[in-house]
Amino acid sequence: MSLAAIPLWRSIAGGALIGSAAAVLILFNGRVAGVSGILDEAINGRFGEQGWRVLFLSGLLLPALIAGTGPVSWPGSVGRLVVAGALVGIGTRLGSGCTSGHGVCGIANLSPRSLIATLTFVAIAMITVGLSHLLPPP
Amino acid sequence: MTALLSLIAGILFGAGLLLSGMTNPANVIAFLDLTGAWRPSLAFTMASAIAVALPAYAIVRARGASLRGAAVPARDRSRIDWPLLLGSAIFGVGWGLSGICPGPGVVLLAGGTAQAVAFVTGLIGGALLEGAAHATRRA
Repeated sequence: MSLAAIPLWRSIAGGALIGSAAAVLILFNGRVAGVSGILDEAINGRFGEQGWRVLFLSGLLLPALIAGTGPVSWPGSVGRLVVAGALVGIGTRLGSGCTSGHGVCGIANLSPRSLIATLTFVAIAMITVGLSHLLPPP
Repeated sequence: MTALLSLIAGILFGAGLLLSGMTNPANVIAFLDLTGAWRPSLAFTMASAIAVALPAYAIVRARGASLRGAAVPARDRSRIDWPLLLGSAIFGVGWGLSGICPGPGVVLLAGGTAQAVAFVTGLIGGALLEGAAHATRRA
């Protein structure tokens, strides 16, 4: 399987947009742009003042609803995605954050806690991908 | 104003994920896969996001409040405990199996595919399950 390399400017500009989203939320609303936490609060009915969590999640969906999601190659069966999703849901709640909350916002806030969390989930994900090569293809 | 700013932040976030290509699980796995043709793109995206958010966090930390005066509760930034490590490890297994974390998971719902619905159903189910277990532990 060959995968087209992403142009460097797209990686940098895309990251800058994500960083500016985090900056807007903390600077003006005093809130952390951690998607797992925002989603978890919202599904428990805690929509926040003026329903900000629901509005953030709606905004997150909007560009893809307008422009499409672009090319997506799924890594496996629907069953594998349910299991993976459940592990992400359990792990991010137990560990209080995901790639956005710990990886972007926490590190930007110079939090050793978030740095350790990020190093942990990146390392374990790398090991998981390495081990997944030993499994039969989906 | 809170509502509008939250919507704008969500749009910026969603557009950034699409532009960086990180909504495609294959691009995430290309970063996580050290045995194959490793691609550094995700690291550039994350570094860029952190660099832009860094001064905003520094300002809010120094003020102890947002620019609009909302008090920002001090967060425990230094506590390294078992829930943090175990939770992050479990998240890492799920992320490695799928190449999808919560942000891209939500964005992919826009495609309306069975795969996206499957991932987000698992995600919400897992979070609710952990929440219920957590409540039991505390009780």
